Parts: sequence; structure tokens; C-alpha cells
Amino acid sequence: MTDSVLNRPAGATPPDGGGSPAAIKAIRLRHPWRNVFAVVLILIVVLFIIDAAQRPAYDWPSVGKYIFDRRVTQAAFVTLQLTVYSMVIAIILGVTLAVMRLSPNPVVKSIAWVYLWIFRGTPVYVQLVFWGLLAIIYQSIDIGLPFQHPWASFETKVALSTFALAIIGLALNEAAYMAEIVRAGLLSVDSGQDEAATALGMSWTQTMVRVIIPQSMRVIIPPTGNEVISMLKTTSLVTAVPFTLDLYTRTRDISAETFNPIPLLIVASLWYLFFTSILMVGQYFLEKRFARGVGDRRPDRKVGDQTGSVTGTLPIAGAGQPTVILPPKRDDSSNNGDGGLR
Amino acid sequence: MTDPLIHVPDTSVDTPMVLADCVSKSFGSNEVLKSISLEVKRGEVMCLVGPSGSGKSTFLRCINHLEVLSAGRLSVDGDLVGYREANGKLYELHPREAAKQRRDIGMVFQRFNLFPHMTALENVMEAPIRVKRQSRAVVKERALALLARVGLADRADYYPAHLSGGQQQRVAIARALAMEPKLMLFDEPTSALDPELVGEVLDVMKGLAKDGMTMIVVTHEMGFAREVADSLVFMDGGVVVESGDPREVLSNPQHKRTQAFLSKVL
Repeated sequence: MTDSVLNRPAGATPPDGGGSPAAIKAIRLRHPWRNVFAVVLILIVVLFIIDAAQRPAYDWPSVGKYIFDRRVTQAAFVTLQLTVYSMVIAIILGVTLAVMRLSPNPVVKSIAWVYLWIFRGTPVYVQLVFWGLLAIIYQSIDIGLPFQHPWASFETKVALSTFALAIIGLALNEAAYMAEIVRAGLLSVDSGQDEAATALGMSWTQTMVRVIIPQSMRVIIPPTGNEVISMLKTTSLVTAVPFTLDLYTRTRDISAETFNPIPLLIVASLWYLFFTSILMVGQYFLEKRFARGVGDRRPDRKVGDQTGSVTGTLPIAGAGQPTVILPPKRDDSSNNGDGGLR
Repeated sequence: MTDPLIHVPDTSVDTPMVLADCVSKSFGSNEVLKSISLEVKRGEVMCLVGPSGSGKSTFLRCINHLEVLSAGRLSVDGDLVGYREANGKLYELHPREAAKQRRDIGMVFQRFNLFPHMTALENVMEAPIRVKRQSRAVVKERALALLARVGLADRADYYPAHLSGGQQQRVAIARALAMEPKLMLFDEPTSALDPELVGEVLDVMKGLAKDGMTMIVVTHEMGFAREVADSLVFMDGGVVVESGDPREVLSNPQHKRTQAFLSKVL
């Protein structure tokens, strides 16, 4: 049997040359262990779910009670605010630092490098504790010329709330990471782009805004999306400042009253998951938007307009032969290869 | 004969379009250009040929100040490139002024360098809108006409990634023309193309030459040089070895180095 198959290399092409080769019909390779493993995994997951639903320690009624508790929803909103504000500041500062690191000025370059060295080299928790102690290190913030009587002076404790300090702490730490992401993105753009824009008479700013940055976005957005998601979770560390109105600290404070921490941990986790899911959807659309010109979208190939479907079979079979258009083969599995032609 | 799309400089004026006087350029200790002196008249098509590393591309890039000269003077249409001269001193131009000079000089690159995130039409429209601040409607009409001129009217909405090399290079030429340049620089415009696509790009360039555009073309296409160029400059090792009428230089090279080079490429 095998011999006859092997000895027929031309079997796929009908001898009379009348049409396309027949599709391969083979018995598919079975993967019994793969299936067994999948069944075992499903069983474990189902058992875990059934068990978790009945286990009293999870206290699902409490989860339901607190998930939309006013204190919790407010804390969720505060967490969202912390994320958005610190991320916006971090991106602006990160772009500035990235441009500084690419600057020809050695002083500007080294300052950016030292910033990165410090803020990436120390834990964010430690940095947040430092920011919390700002009011002790600098009792007042003076505005004015050095060695002169200040024009204005604020008491640090009054001027900067713990909320503001938390945002500053998170943003300054994040900026160091954003700077590296943006720098990698800017460097990923071909130098010919810069030259072409310059040769057209575009200024440095125009070249950056119109040519370099839009192209670097494709490289910058995926890791930035990760950073936003990471930031959302890092906000749970602001208790170090100490700021106590974020989602995690708030739910922990509630559980300190109820002596029942587990359902409130679940509540916090569900809110974090909800926000990260939304962010992932947003990231998907942003990535699509900035993939212009590299994706597979062609103006002549709209969705649903598949040019290949009609001309799947070559209408001309051979010189001087009548044109044969093959009907789609459905059954006829007994003969291998040239069925449907003769 | 004259195409309103093509900006043809007044040939009655005597100033040469490009005047290079002892132009030199070094990268570190590597002297790439050694005292190049040449002149390109208005409406002239000059071909720069020579082996790779002979400095022809560097010279071209000096003309629109993408490279800064080490020594010598270079002027385009009577204006010193990259500097201002006053009281016998040279002052470096502000980037804004340098950009203004570049507007009038179109450049076409070996690797096209189209903006990949913009369609062909957007590529052509970008500089007139942003740099010259012309109205979008006017620019669009002109851009479509220019794309039609290079034979790509039906490809206006395509992204560069979906165009062939020859089509991309023709878009790049249209993009340069959109700024109404008085001088066009071509840096090996067909070297990155499949052999069968070279012709379509050369045809567009021939059309430009016919309409009186001043052009400096760095190329290895000797057929194009013979047919279209008014003058041919052979460079090697950073110096001009031989120059003159292309038909004469190509069929009867005087210098040994030229003879050796041409025997290999012809």
C-alpha cells in the first residue's frame, strides 16, 4: 500500500494535466495524551469552583454585600484617579527624559541618566515612604531667588496632601521606566525618515510630531499599556505615604472592622480585574490605530471582498485543451488524488 | 511642453544653480571629498558616477546641508548653503533658516524613505501643508496631479508597504516635486529596485529633465546618463577625475581610472 503511494509523486497532479492538484486527505494524527490532560485539567478547575462556591471562608454573601459598598466604589474611583494622574505625569516626564537622553548636550544627557539611575534603582515602596516624609525634610516650600527673602512660602504639610504626594511618588518612579520605553521607540524609527523629513524642509518639531513619534507609537504603546496596568496595581502601595483611600487600603481598613479579610480581598481583586480588563480593550484599539501602513489593510481589499475565492481554480488548464472548471470536491474519499476529474 | 506642476527656473539669469568651490568633507580623519569644484547651470541635468565610496552621495547630501562641509564654499542659486556671509565672516544658519533653504531643493533617496504611516497621497501632501502652510484643498489637487504625472493616480490611497519599489520611488519623486523645488537631487534612485522596475522610475526622471528641471543624479545607469544628461562627472576617491559631455566621456574616456571603471559597468 505504502509503496504504491510513495511511487506516485505525480499522483497529486492528474496525468492529463487538467486542473489543480487535489487537496490532501489523510487520517489525522491522534493526540490521546493531550486529550486526557485536558480532561484532567477541566476536572480540577470544575472541582475547585464547586469547592470555592461552598467554602464558608470565602463568605460570598459578604463579597456581594461589599462589592458595591459606597466606601469601596469611592476607593475604586480614587485608585483610578491615582492611576490616570500619575500615568499622565509619568508619560510627559518620560518623553522629556527620553528626548534629554538623546540630546547632544552632555550635561542634559547625564542629568537624565542620573534620574533614571536613582528612580529605577530604588524600590517604589521606599520612594513612597520618602515622599511621605517630605514635610519633615523640607518644612516649607519657598518661591523666590536663592539667598533672598522668598516671595512666597508654603508649609509643605498644608501645600501637599497625601494624595498629591502619592501621585508625585508614583509618577516620578514611573517616568524613569517610561523614558526607556519612549527612547526605545524613538530609536526604532529608521534614520532615513528623519532625513526625508529634513530634506523636505520640515523643522525638528514637525519631524518629531508628524513623522518620528507616530511611527514610534507602534513600539511604545504595547509596553506602555503594560505600564498602565502595572501602575493600577502599584497604587496599592500608596499606603506607604501613608494615603489610605485607595482600593486596597480601604478594603483592608473595612476588614479590620469586620474581622473578615477574605471577602474584602476578593472584592478588591474583582475591581482591579475589572479595570485591567477595560484597559486591555483600550490597548487593543490603540495598537490597531497606530499600526497604519504596516497591517494588512489595503484600500482595494475591503473586508468580505476576497478576490481569491472566485479564481481559486485556474480556468485555463493547458494549451489547446478545453477549459475545465473543477466542481468543489466533497465526498469521493475512496480514491486519493485524482478523483473528480475522470 | 512646460508643465505647470514643474517649477522651472528662469534660464535667462546667469547665476549657476549649484556652484561648488573647493568643497571638502571629512569624517574624522577620513577625507571623503577633496576639494570638489563644479558648476551646474540652470536647467542642466548632471550625472555623478563613480565607484561606491567615491564621495558622490556625500557631495549630494552637502548640497542640501544634510552633511556639513569641512572646507570650501557651496552655493545654490547664488545663496551660500548652511551659512550667511557678512563682513568677511561666516555665520552658521539657524536650523529654521537652513530648513527654509532645503524647501527649494528636492531630494530622492536610494531607499525611498516614504513615511510608512501615511498613504501615498498624504506623503505628497505633508510638506506643502506643514512647511508651506498652503491650504489643504489646493495641496490635494496638486498632489493628485503629481501622482497622476508619475503614473500613480490609482494608488493615491495606498500605504507605501502595499506599493512596489518602483511605485514607492515614484511617490517619493512626487513628494519632492510637491514642494516646487528649483533643484532635484537623486541619490541612486534605482539602486534598490528590481531590474524590471528601474525603467518606470527612469521614465519619470526623463520626463522631468525634458521639462527643464535642474537635476543632479547619482547613478549607475549609464544608459540614462548617455541619453538624458547634459554633463557627466566621474568621481573617485573624493575627487573629480573627469567630466564633460556624457556621450564623449562614456565612449572615449581620457583618464585611466575612468576607463577601468567604465569597462566594468558598461
